Amino acid sequence: MRVRAQFMMVMALDKCIGCHTCSVTCKQAWTNRNGTDYVWFNNVETKPGIGYPKHYEDQERWKGGWKLDGRERLQLKAGGRVRKLLHIFANPDLPVIDDYYEPWTYDYGHLVQAPLGDAAPVLSARSRLTGKPTALEWGPNWEDNLGGATERAREDPNLASIQDRVRLDYEHVFMFYLPRICEHCLNPSCVASCPSGAMYKREEDGIVLVDQDKCRSWRFCVSGCPYKKVYFNHVTGKAEKCTFCYARVEDGEPTICSETCVGRIRYIGIVLYDLDAVTAAASALDERDLVEAHRDLFLDARDPDVVAAAQDSGVPHDWIEAAQHSPVYALARELRVALPLHPEFRNLPMVWYVPPLAPVLDSLAVAGFDAEDPADVFAAIEHLRIPIEYLANLLAAGDVAPVEESLRKQTAMRAYKRAEQLTGRGDPAVAEAAGLDAASLEHLYRLLALANYDERYVIPRSHREDVGALQTEHWSLDFPGVFETRRGQEVPLPHRKEAR
Amino acid sequence: MTGAAGWEILLFVALPYVALTVFVVGHVWRYRFDRFGWTARSSELYEKRWLQLGSPLFHLGVILAVAGHVLGILVPESLTEDLGIPESLYAFVAAAGGTTAVVLILAGLGILSVRRITGPRVRNASSTSDRIMYPLMWIMILLGVLETVGYNVFGPGYDYRPTVAVWFRSLFVFDPDVSGIVAAPVVYQVHVTVAWLFLALFPFTRLVHAWSLPYSYLWRPYIVYRRRRTRPDPSPGESAAWTTIARR
Repeated sequence: MRVRAQFMMVMALDKCIGCHTCSVTCKQAWTNRNGTDYVWFNNVETKPGIGYPKHYEDQERWKGGWKLDGRERLQLKAGGRVRKLLHIFANPDLPVIDDYYEPWTYDYGHLVQAPLGDAAPVLSARSRLTGKPTALEWGPNWEDNLGGATERAREDPNLASIQDRVRLDYEHVFMFYLPRICEHCLNPSCVASCPSGAMYKREEDGIVLVDQDKCRSWRFCVSGCPYKKVYFNHVTGKAEKCTFCYARVEDGEPTICSETCVGRIRYIGIVLYDLDAVTAAASALDERDLVEAHRDLFLDARDPDVVAAAQDSGVPHDWIEAAQHSPVYALARELRVALPLHPEFRNLPMVWYVPPLAPVLDSLAVAGFDAEDPADVFAAIEHLRIPIEYLANLLAAGDVAPVEESLRKQTAMRAYKRAEQLTGRGDPAVAEAAGLDAASLEHLYRLLALANYDERYVIPRSHREDVGALQTEHWSLDFPGVFETRRGQEVPLPHRKEAR
Repeated sequence: MTGAAGWEILLFVALPYVALTVFVVGHVWRYRFDRFGWTARSSELYEKRWLQLGSPLFHLGVILAVAGHVLGILVPESLTEDLGIPESLYAFVAAAGGTTAVVLILAGLGILSVRRITGPRVRNASSTSDRIMYPLMWIMILLGVLETVGYNVFGPGYDYRPTVAVWFRSLFVFDPDVSGIVAAPVVYQVHVTVAWLFLALFPFTRLVHAWSLPYSYLWRPYIVYRRRRTRPDPSPGESAAWTTIARR
């Protein structure tokens, strides 16, 4: 048993107001450079919708993630090592820029330099790739609030199994927001797809990064990631991705998307897992078992045996303590309300979501029921299959049971707390029917409704003694500072010099 | 080397040594100081359909052509004779392999070049080194086509093995003998001269990705983990590398 610590994020989707602040601050921090104009390490999608890049969830088309081969062994969906090298001159599964969108800008100078005339000067969009005027036909957030949904949303792969029953007209439609960053998977297919070995997972905290000096632009990481969260910088010719803001989390601060989240939907913490159990968990025969197998990977940091094993494996004591107070462990494993995004990709993603009640309540209101009445909500969870099956396709490989469990618990918690506030006493039967005891209910309420900054973000700092080593991992993503000396490998060391 | 004219020494002795020096030192320099820039800089993101056709054709053709050069230039005629390979068989293999390479390269590079010139996205992304490297590569390749197809398939045939090849190998034992190349047809002389220029340019272009064939992918574990290095980074002024930066 080799215990490792891993950063994990949970997003409570009911609290997301779709303001895109996370996307904007991330863009400002990381991708406001040449060649990353079309890149959004963090983006917010409206669901149902085809997403960014278009149809990224459709792995029959993009061949991202893993599959079980004929002998039930885990294999990259795009094919193995030999097949990769045979396709090294042209990657057949790579999206092109139009699958994202053609980045554009405006000739702002025209506003002040236009000759005097009767009409105010106007700006037309210019392609950032060619500098020429371009028609805006798609963008990073084209489907915001179901924009164009009547035309395109049916292509959402999550709707495939409920196609004939779902209605997307204004009166019947449901929607919610899905903010997405890199999943920093336990079983990352991008890392496995990189022929150069430039991508790696940090053993200490699980963050997946690209070694900018080793990347040779083969682009298999881009196609290998089923979430399409590795991007190709078309100016530097190197892969780039969400870094989990490692420079911030190393110092105990949350990622910039979390820090600036208006709805406070995000939670960051540590989970402990057994490195040797990862492949078996990702190889579950029935894809509907993947959620449970993934949950079972998370070790209980309060279990003395786990603590001992973690210490043996070199996990620092303060990191074990952080894991004991981890809000993400509580939401994912203890309270079982958070679920992984598309577990069927077998990547074991580490950004989980608390499924939203909003679409269920919307459907309930449309059907003429009282969305405030828990009895009606429970009945809806039983009978209104459409939003729940959709959520199941998104978060549970099509299995409605874990989605129902989460929605029931949230409904019970709300009903109990509302009754407590209005009448002074909640009904414990409601909570028990949803599988929540009194302490768990309070814990869930605390986390989802009240949790303050230091409860939402339990982030142990990197150790001071590691600071020098950490510097060698801080890649430059831009042109200056391209010297290999950052790596500190070939150079004589100060302390050795002193010893001499 | 007596009796060689000055221009012959310049083109067939001095130029090769300068080019080879630049080739070697250039690669060392690039790897040490610009590993970040060491990439194929793929343009597949901009345009995929034609690249998927042209790129494999071109690369396979180049591999074949390089293999052919090794066989024809580096392997001495005496060796193939000792192995009992008759001249006629060698000539047939060279002509057949050469013609295949020519077809693949012309089709592949043709597609890639048209794509690069006519597609505004790819054209706009072309660097200065691309703009020099592409024409130079075309000239070199067309001269090679003229030799392979023009001389040896349809023309009278020219046996470069006792002449050009001998001169080429003489360079590497530091005993240059220009008589072979001087005796060769002008096409051969121009081809090798352009090739030396091309080699001198090589380390400063995207072509360096040719040295990065990721063969170790075949046996390395799928998931790569990295532990933090326990050794700290050197402080400014404490190491040779930092001094290099300071001196710039």
